[in-house]
Amino acid sequence: MKETKINLTLKVWRQESAKSKGNFEEFKVAVSPHSSILEMFDELNNRLELEGKIPIAFESDCREGICGTCGLVINGHPHGEKKKTATCQMHMRSFKEGETIYIEPFRAKAFPILRDLMVDRSGLDKIQQAGGYASFNTGSAPDANAILISKETASLALDAAECIGCGACVAACKNSSAMLFVSAKVSQFALLPQGQPERYERVQNMVIAHDESGFGSCTNTYACEAECPKGISISNIARMNRDYFVSNLKLQNV
Amino acid sequence: MSWLSKSLSSSIGKKIIMAITGLSLILFLTVHFINNMFLFFGKEGFDMLVSSLDAVKPIVRVAESMLVILFGFHIYNGIKLWWENRQANPEKYAVNAAKENSTFFSRTMPYTGGIILVFLILHLASLWVKFNFGMEGTHHYYDVVAATFQSLPVAIFYVFVMLVLGFHLNHGFQSAFQTFGWHHKKYTPLVEFIGTAYAVVFAIGFSAIPIYFFIRSMGGN
Ligand code: HEM
Ligand code: SF4
Ligand code: FES
Repeated sequence: MKETKINLTLKVWRQESAKSKGNFEEFKVAVSPHSSILEMFDELNNRLELEGKIPIAFESDCREGICGTCGLVINGHPHGEKKKTATCQMHMRSFKEGETIYIEPFRAKAFPILRDLMVDRSGLDKIQQAGGYASFNTGSAPDANAILISKETASLALDAAECIGCGACVAACKNSSAMLFVSAKVSQFALLPQGQPERYERVQNMVIAHDESGFGSCTNTYACEAECPKGISISNIARMNRDYFVSNLKLQNV
Repeated sequence: MSWLSKSLSSSIGKKIIMAITGLSLILFLTVHFINNMFLFFGKEGFDMLVSSLDAVKPIVRVAESMLVILFGFHIYNGIKLWWENRQANPEKYAVNAAKENSTFFSRTMPYTGGIILVFLILHLASLWVKFNFGMEGTHHYYDVVAATFQSLPVAIFYVFVMLVLGFHLNHGFQSAFQTFGWHHKKYTPLVEFIGTAYAVVFAIGFSAIPIYFFIRSMGGN
């Protein structure tokens, strides 16, 4: 079976380390329309290795849109132009024959470039460690339906829990704010009974960790929501703002 | 008070200040707008209105002090936000797709705010100073306004800034609600509509003043 390949010109950001200066390198590729953008990079890297050149560094893991590791800025859109899809789920059929594609790393002060298209997103981990969890006693698992939760609330919590921590919200934001991420992590617990004991400490600590990691403030441009591969809603940011406000008035040790 | 200043200087805290002061300024703008609309009902009405405000000067001065504080916090925090957010995002993308994921109004808030600030200074230095100093005894406020807008550059500048103010408010109104955490699938569209309607009415209403007086001055009176 013969398949027609599409010819593309890639402009890929190459940068040796956080300190060095980067620039675009041009590559011509002929790629199957069925391959994903990451598979295209795999092929290209094989070629580069054969030619004795340094392959392009990029990150991926699950390649099915659930781990949040991948994340490229494709023609100015984190995870590409297609809504609610991660980079790894983006297929070459969405490009036209002869098109030129710009591929850049996520850009933010809090995401220093490690190499080429790889950035250090440990700022998001610091935020998670500051409160993105709920504490339970270990022991036998509690009865599944012992605590009743309305369908609407459960759905909102699950929607928030869809966040894969990819950082595209930061990449899309003109202020490099991670508030969509923080608000998803805050909301998934704030909405559920199990999250209540730590509700206000959690939002305090996570917002402080957010600011300390060098992310900017949210100015409600909502670019994050438009680019998020999981469609996390900015209503979560509103919920977080509300909880943050209350936490300042309520907590004794703030 | 240290917990309060600490909370208000966090990233969300600064936004809370922007939202509180911004909405308060909108309240002020509403009063200012209603007052100014008297200009369209002739000289007597307007002069009487300003004179009656003159009679309760102490109250006006208290209100003005509050305004200074509101503007002060709003401007200080606005500049701070703009500066810090620039620091947080120093490298720009080669291909910028911001047009496709956010509105022009939201992206330009610090710039529209900056233009309003320049206007504010000029506006105070001209009309406010004239109304408050050097007009003792005379009450021809209306004539001062009319004379100001005989100049085409001044009239154009005012109309331009009122347009920019509309841009600022169009985003600012709904943004303040989001900052307070008032986002709801059912009511947010209404808030957005009110913000836009308000911005349009204010931009048109305020612009009408310089346009009206400039055209009248060309008519020879
Ligand atoms: C009559 C004058 C003004 C009114 C009524 C007004 C109103 C508002 C409102 C309602 C907001 C939204 C608050 C929020 O996002 O939570 C806002 C934000 C802002 N304003 Fe103003 N403002 C005025 C003048 C100014 C001036 C003089 C500056 C100048 C430096 C300025 C700079 C900003 C900035 C930077 C923001 C934040 C933008 C953002 O968070 O997206 N504003 N303003
Ligand atoms: S909110 Fe969306 S864009 Fe941000 S980290 Fe989570 S999944 Fe990624
Ligand atoms: S590689 Fe896991 S989400 Fe893309």
